[in-house]
Amino acid sequence: MHTALLHSLWHYRGFVLGSVQREFQTRYRNSLLGALWTIINPLAMIIVYTVIFSRLMQARLPGVYNDLAYGIYLCAGLLTWGLFAEIIGRSQSVFLEHATLLNKLSFPRICLPLVVVLNALLNFAIIFCLFLGFLLVTGNFPGWVVIAILPVLLIQIVFAVGLGIILGVLNVFFRDVGQMTGIVLQFWFWFTPIIYPPSILPESAAALLKWNPMVPLIQSYQGIFVQGAWPQWSALWPMTLISVLLCLFALSLFRKRSGEMVDEL
Amino acid sequence: MGNIQVTGLGKAYRQYPTRWARLAEWVLPWAKPRHQLHWVLRDVSFQVKPGEAVGIVGINGAGKSTLLKMITGTTQPTAGHIQLEGQVAALLELGMGFHPEFSGRQNVFMAGQLLGMSIEDLNSLMPAIEAFAEIGEYMDQPVRTYSSGMQMRLAFSVATARRPDILIVDEALSVGDAYFQHKSFDRIREFRKAGTTLLIVSHDRQAIQSICDRALLLDHGRLALEGAPEEVMDFFSAMIAEREQSTIRQERLADNRIRTISGTGEASVAEVVLLNRDGKAIEIIETGVPVTLRVTVDINRDIERLVLGFMIKDRMGQAIYGINTHRIHRPLKNLKAGERAVFSYSFDANIGKGNYSVALSLSRLDSHLDMNYEWQDLALIFHVINTRKPDFVGCASLDAKLEIEHHPHAEGVATDAISH
Repeated sequence: MHTALLHSLWHYRGFVLGSVQREFQTRYRNSLLGALWTIINPLAMIIVYTVIFSRLMQARLPGVYNDLAYGIYLCAGLLTWGLFAEIIGRSQSVFLEHATLLNKLSFPRICLPLVVVLNALLNFAIIFCLFLGFLLVTGNFPGWVVIAILPVLLIQIVFAVGLGIILGVLNVFFRDVGQMTGIVLQFWFWFTPIIYPPSILPESAAALLKWNPMVPLIQSYQGIFVQGAWPQWSALWPMTLISVLLCLFALSLFRKRSGEMVDEL
Repeated sequence: MGNIQVTGLGKAYRQYPTRWARLAEWVLPWAKPRHQLHWVLRDVSFQVKPGEAVGIVGINGAGKSTLLKMITGTTQPTAGHIQLEGQVAALLELGMGFHPEFSGRQNVFMAGQLLGMSIEDLNSLMPAIEAFAEIGEYMDQPVRTYSSGMQMRLAFSVATARRPDILIVDEALSVGDAYFQHKSFDRIREFRKAGTTLLIVSHDRQAIQSICDRALLLDHGRLALEGAPEEVMDFFSAMIAEREQSTIRQERLADNRIRTISGTGEASVAEVVLLNRDGKAIEIIETGVPVTLRVTVDINRDIERLVLGFMIKDRMGQAIYGINTHRIHRPLKNLKAGERAVFSYSFDANIGKGNYSVALSLSRLDSHLDMNYEWQDLALIFHVINTRKPDFVGCASLDAKLEIEHHPHAEGVATDAISH
C-alpha cells in the first residue's frame, strides 16, 4: 500500500524539490548578501556557544580537560535538537498553512510534510558542515567516528517525521495541538541533557531520563563529538523500533483522515 | 478516454455538537458516532461520454463546486463513486501555487509541476505557454508586478498547456479582458473539437448554450433536471425568478423543444401571433419585411402595474432583440381581474435567415425578477427566409452599402518610383 504513496511522490518530485528550493530562496530574496546569510546566521550561533560559553564563561564539562569541550557538547546537542524541533514545529502546522492549496487542488498531500523535512535537512546540512569545519580548524575533529552520526540521524528523522505528521493531522481537527506542541517542546528540551551534563541531575530526576526517547540520540551525538566514542547501539534499538512504529502509525492516520482533513480546512 | 461516470454521488460534512464530541468519538473506542451528517450533495448520477460537453447550472450553494471538487479529487465523496477515464485538467482556481516574489517563468514551472507535469514537459511547452499568455517581457518579472489580468493569462496558459482528455471548468473564465476571454474560450472549443470531454459550470447562459450538448441543473444538492441546454437554462431562469408561490410548467413542442412557462399567474398570455402587413398570421417571414407581434393578455387578478416584454432569440437561445413596455414608458396601470389587453409591436424583420423564437414576460417592473406574473420561453417560433436580399451571413441585417474606388495599375508612375 505504501508503493502507491512512493509512486505519487516520485511523480511529484519536481514539485517537492521546487518547493524546497523556493522556500530556501524566499528567505533571502531582496537581501543584499543573499545566500551568505545562510552561513552567517549559523556561524554566529556556533561562535556564541563555543567561544562565549567555553572561553569567557569558563564553563567546563566535568572530566574533560579541553577549553572548547563544553562548546562542542552544546553544539552537538543543540544543532541536532534544532533539526528535531524544526521538523516537528513545521510539520504540525503544514496542513493549516497550505489550507487553500489543499482545498483547491488535487495533488499527493504527503508532499507537504516532505517539503518541510527536506527544508529542515537542508538548513541542518549547512549549519552542520560549518560545525564540522569549525572542528577541523580548531583541531577537535573526532575522526572516522563521525560517520556514526548518520544512522543516529536517520533514526531521529524517522521519529520526528512520524511525530510531526501525527501532530500535523491532529492540529487540523484540534487546534490546541499546535499550541501544546510549543510548550511540550520547551519542557522536552530542558528535560534532555543538552545544555547541562546528565551528571548534575539529582538521582530521582536522572532515573526519569530513561523514559525520554531523545536522550539516547542526543547522548550519541555528544559522545561522538566530545569523546570521539562510537554510540552504544544497544541503547538505540528501542528508539529505532519506536520511530518506525510511530512513522507507520502516522502514515495510517494520515491516510485515514486526509479526506476528512480537507473538509475541515 | 475522456469518460466521466458519476454514480449515486453524495457529500456530507460532519457536524459535531461540540469540539469535545469529536475527541470523544476519536479516542473512545466504544463511543457511538456523535456527529450528524450535513448533506450538501445527494444521489447525483450522470455520465459524460467521451467528447461530450456538459454544463452544470444551479444557484449558489446548490452543490456545483462540491461536485467539481469531488470529480477532480480534491474532496472525497461520502457516498457513491466517480469513475474517470483519461487525463483530467481542471480550471477551478487559476493561479494556485503562484508565488508573488518569483518570476512568471519560475511560477510556470511550479504551477505546472503542481498540476503533475514534469520539468521536461514544461521545458518543451514553455514557448507555447509564453506565446499564448502574451505577457511579453513580464514573463521574467516577479508575479507581484502583474495585473490580475496578466496573472490570469499566465495561469490559464499553464493549465491548458496540454490538451487533457477531460477538462473541468469553473466560472474562472469570466475573468480577464474581453480579448483574452475570447482567446481562452477558443482554446476550449479547439480542445473540444479535438475530442476533449468538457464539464463546465457557469451562470452564463450564452456560454452553456453555445458550447454544451447537455446541461444539468443542481438544486439543493440534487440533480433537478437533465436535458438540452436551452431547456435546462429556461427552467433555471424560471426557477431563479420563482423562488416562491409560483409554478413552473414545461410543455413539449412539435419539434421536441421544451416550452417553459412560469409565474405567479396574476396575468397570463392568452394568445401570441405574428402578423404580416395584411394582418394574416404567419410563421415564415421574408427578411426585412414589416411584421406585427400581437400578444393578448388576460388579467386574472387585480394588479396595479403591468409590463409586457418580448425577446427574440436565435436557435442557440441567444438574444437577438428584446424590449418591454417599461422601457418605452408605456406600462398599463390599475388593471382589474377579467380585463383583457392586446399589445401589438410592429417592426421590420431585419434579421438573417434561420429559426427564431419569441420569449414573453409579464411583470410589474423592468425585470421579471421582481414580480413575475408570467414568463414564457418559446412562446412562438418563426422562420426567416431570404429570397429578396443578397444572401448575407449572420442574424443582423445591416444592409451594408458598397462603394468601390478602383485604381487600375498605373504603369508610368510605378516605373518612375522604381527608377529613382
